[in-house]
Amino acid sequence: MTDDTLKTTVLNAAHRALGARMVGFGGYDMPVQYEGVLAEHRWTREHAGLFDVSHMGQCKITGADAIAQFQRFVPGDYQVLKSGRQKYSLLLNEDGGIIDDLMAGKPDHDGLFVVVNAGNKDEDFAFWSEHLSGDAKLTVLDDRALIAIQGPEAAEVMAKHEPVLAEFGFMDCARLMLFGVDCYVSRSGYTGEDGYEISVPAADAERVWNTILEDARVKPIGLGARDSLRLEAGLPLHGHDIDPTTSPVEGALTFALSKSRKEAADFNGAARILKELAEGPSRVRIGLSVKEGAPAREGAEIADLDGNVIGTVTSGGPSPTLGRNIAMGYVPPAHAALGTELKVIVRGKAAAAEVIDMPFVAQRYFRKPKA
Amino acid sequence: MHFTKDHEWVRLDGDVATVGISKHAADQLGDVVFVETPEAGKTVGKGDSFAVVESVKAASDVYAPVSGEVIEGNVVLATAPETVNADPEGEGWFAKIKVSDAGQIDGLMDRAAYDAFLASL
Repeated sequence: MTDDTLKTTVLNAAHRALGARMVGFGGYDMPVQYEGVLAEHRWTREHAGLFDVSHMGQCKITGADAIAQFQRFVPGDYQVLKSGRQKYSLLLNEDGGIIDDLMAGKPDHDGLFVVVNAGNKDEDFAFWSEHLSGDAKLTVLDDRALIAIQGPEAAEVMAKHEPVLAEFGFMDCARLMLFGVDCYVSRSGYTGEDGYEISVPAADAERVWNTILEDARVKPIGLGARDSLRLEAGLPLHGHDIDPTTSPVEGALTFALSKSRKEAADFNGAARILKELAEGPSRVRIGLSVKEGAPAREGAEIADLDGNVIGTVTSGGPSPTLGRNIAMGYVPPAHAALGTELKVIVRGKAAAAEVIDMPFVAQRYFRKPKA
Repeated sequence: MHFTKDHEWVRLDGDVATVGISKHAADQLGDVVFVETPEAGKTVGKGDSFAVVESVKAASDVYAPVSGEVIEGNVVLATAPETVNADPEGEGWFAKIKVSDAGQIDGLMDRAAYDAFLASL
């Protein structure tokens, strides 16, 4: 049964044909699993998983002022970003809170290609429509699907279709003809594995999806495993682990703050962010190993060993790769040092937990040796 | 074996009811990664949440299909929660409950009625 209030991606029929179990996510009717979350999770870590992420928002920001205008609201330096490269960044409100996290790159010579979260895209596009001024133009690419292939065999699978893709390094991007159509491709993803995200015209999406799936190394992967994979990779999920109240410093995303931008302090929320960098934030996102009992999920309280509640879990669950429970959450910096013993409270029971480093499972991005 | 609309099952042997979740429920949950079963001695009322079953994605309550006193929780599930998927209506049982009134089971569905109920969902 389809919930009529949910939107569908152009691959909806393909998911149903594959026997997917569908759920609502980000306003879309999406596949949560095909054969099972654990099997799909492991397949992606060992082979190659194919994900429909067409619910995410895609847009171009173009014009002579595109970069300068885009940069007013993100803390990354996109002026120095080379053509053919992309960069993770954060759309910030005036208080330095994270409206959304995003990928923005220069796949061609026409401004920025930007991918944002499904649940925030309407808000993001409205924000840019209102705030981008001068000669900067937002074009929403709602006539495109987005397909991700992730896993240690992803590169070999894609090289068979287009050899040039093997030459991409992590975070390289390009606009090129792939499967006979005009695509934007980047070597990136949301699983901690090597792989690609491919923006393809909606009319060709099902053909491209089925063509990639013909390879026995590739299986379709639902949102259930996408969530457990990104959790293991230590990647935050907006609306859960980061939101408009959390800053990049609190969210442990200071890598997204370019040195030049911090020096210029010319982006939304710079005052708060620079103050937090200098003095420390009041809370910070940490990784937890939950050493006993049930999985600690979003909303579970985090306590110190004296039983004082000091924070909250923002996402958590079993790690199929590690075979134990892991979580992310926020605590004051005094409790954030690696090795700190804490408790998580699940259904009234306190269970031992320890602050550990993220990613929980090592990322395996393909980084090209420096020439 | 009898079933509830919440997809629990009960098998009565004398005054001892073995309870668990149906194959349909286990299939819907997907991979079970954690089960919390009640300890012996706990008194449960029909419809009370008496156990928790967790998939990768979420935790779900399991409701007691009968009232009585728990005489045994299935300790196997603590270390092998996947048993719930492998054999939900057998080795994957959750608890044995000494029922206060064997007549409680009369209001539950038999297999044929439960199958018809599933078909109506």
